Amino acid sequence: MKDVTFGQYYPAESFVHKCDPRMKIIFLIAYIVAIFVATNFYGLAVCFLGLVVTVVFSKVPFKSVLRSVKGVLFLLVFTAVLNVFFYKGSGDPLLHWKFINIYKEGIYYSIFLICRLFLLVMGSSILTLTTTPVSLTDGLESLLYVFKLMRLPIHELALIMSIALRFIPTLMDETERIMNAQKARGADFESGSLVKRAKALIPILIPLLISSFRRAEELGDAMDARCYSGSKERTKYKKLTFTWRDAVCLLLIALILTGVILFKVFFAALV
Amino acid sequence: MQAINFENVKFSYSDAEENAFALRDVSFSVEEGEFLAILGHNGSGKSTLARLINKLLEPDEGKITVFGMDVSDPKNTFEVRKSVGIVFQNPDNQMVASIVEDDVAFGPENIGVEREEIGRRIDYALDAVGMQAFRHGTPTRLSGGQKQRIAIAGVLAIKPKIIIMDESTAMLDPRGRKEVMDVVLKLNKEEKLTVIMITHFMEEALLADRAIVMNRGEIVMQGAPKEIFSREEDLETYNLTLPAVSAISKALRAGGMDVQATVSLEELAKEIEECVSKRKI
Repeated sequence: MKDVTFGQYYPAESFVHKCDPRMKIIFLIAYIVAIFVATNFYGLAVCFLGLVVTVVFSKVPFKSVLRSVKGVLFLLVFTAVLNVFFYKGSGDPLLHWKFINIYKEGIYYSIFLICRLFLLVMGSSILTLTTTPVSLTDGLESLLYVFKLMRLPIHELALIMSIALRFIPTLMDETERIMNAQKARGADFESGSLVKRAKALIPILIPLLISSFRRAEELGDAMDARCYSGSKERTKYKKLTFTWRDAVCLLLIALILTGVILFKVFFAALV
Repeated sequence: MQAINFENVKFSYSDAEENAFALRDVSFSVEEGEFLAILGHNGSGKSTLARLINKLLEPDEGKITVFGMDVSDPKNTFEVRKSVGIVFQNPDNQMVASIVEDDVAFGPENIGVEREEIGRRIDYALDAVGMQAFRHGTPTRLSGGQKQRIAIAGVLAIKPKIIIMDESTAMLDPRGRKEVMDVVLKLNKEEKLTVIMITHFMEEALLADRAIVMNRGEIVMQGAPKEIFSREEDLETYNLTLPAVSAISKALRAGGMDVQATVSLEELAKEIEECVSKRKI
């Protein structure tokens, strides 16, 4: 349990790993926009090409990227099947049986949707595979800085987020310890119905909750003792800087967007 | 110069009756550069003492000053906390960030230190505790002693004049304890930091210049550690165990051997040697 890395960060020294987290977030947003702007397979092909280039330069094995799709596989199949059955195309249906009508367009559209979702999930997983949660938080804080002008407590939110990340491994150790302690007292977490197993977790959750409160209090004291007083007059040590790498990223995403838009304008939409 | 001064300080956690006092009428002072050990059984009020110095708690009565600043004055809170750093018991519960250097930077960031200066302070603090090699790593996988050294670095980066170790070694294994004690001693001797070591390990108190023994919210003994540990019976009434060396010498004496009460291992060895050689003749 200890070795569960939170998120799915894949440690490597690569072009993508070294990019500014802000750039990566912007890249991902633009990439998602591109996927939804694309209305035919040519557009998606451009997105796919962009994805392949990114994966190659991230040194993350393609298998790891594909693994991220596993979690949503059911959702993908479910959406696709529903679309096949309920899409109403023009002309005669390919298959007609009682109340079920399957159209050619329906099948195309389902495939298109699957491709779209595939690209979406894989693209997002590249971000989490190449960026540590910590630098992701840094990036988000920096990007969200704009909202500070609207008096949103961005610094506080970022601190909450980074403390939460910091305590995940600690609480995981604690859970394991409590579970072992309960097992030693004869608790059974593995057998029985779902309800029974869920009930068996209560003696774990309550001590965990109580100890979290105690930890929070101690952390609060420690922060006070280290002069924490909110965000005013606070300086920041970590500074994110854009480099030539980020310029390359910008170029790539511009290419993808242009490609998608050109294909959208010059070729017919699929649906 | 007096680093800390307590004058008739009383404190209770609840407003209930008289005997709920965690501290009753405590007065003492600490000189700048001194290494003071505060000893006491659980619930003797020693941790309360630490929290009062840093204004994590406020006294009901009495006056506390840190370098002449009145701690109860809200204007001084920030200055007092800048000059007094506390390292707590559980290393896991005092770290804010998942990366060592970010955690060390937390303090200086809070007091608004310039970016370049923060970098220098991280260097200084991590060098002082010998953890420079872990700068970019995550604290999760480090040993207790290493985590606690990072906690010390986090406090050092604020450049305090006083460092309070609030049972900081209680959760560590003997090796971790030694690591931390070595760092603390070095800071006291080389950086001239005033150190207040709150502990119930008698061996640690031996290293101090002066020791205070607390019992039920009162200071019951005060003096050089050696002197205190020679009063074995008194210590036992306050539920404190003797350092291993003292305990051995006491047991030997009870067994009829003519050894003096001592806290140093070398002295004990010499005494035993003498006794044994006498017996040969």
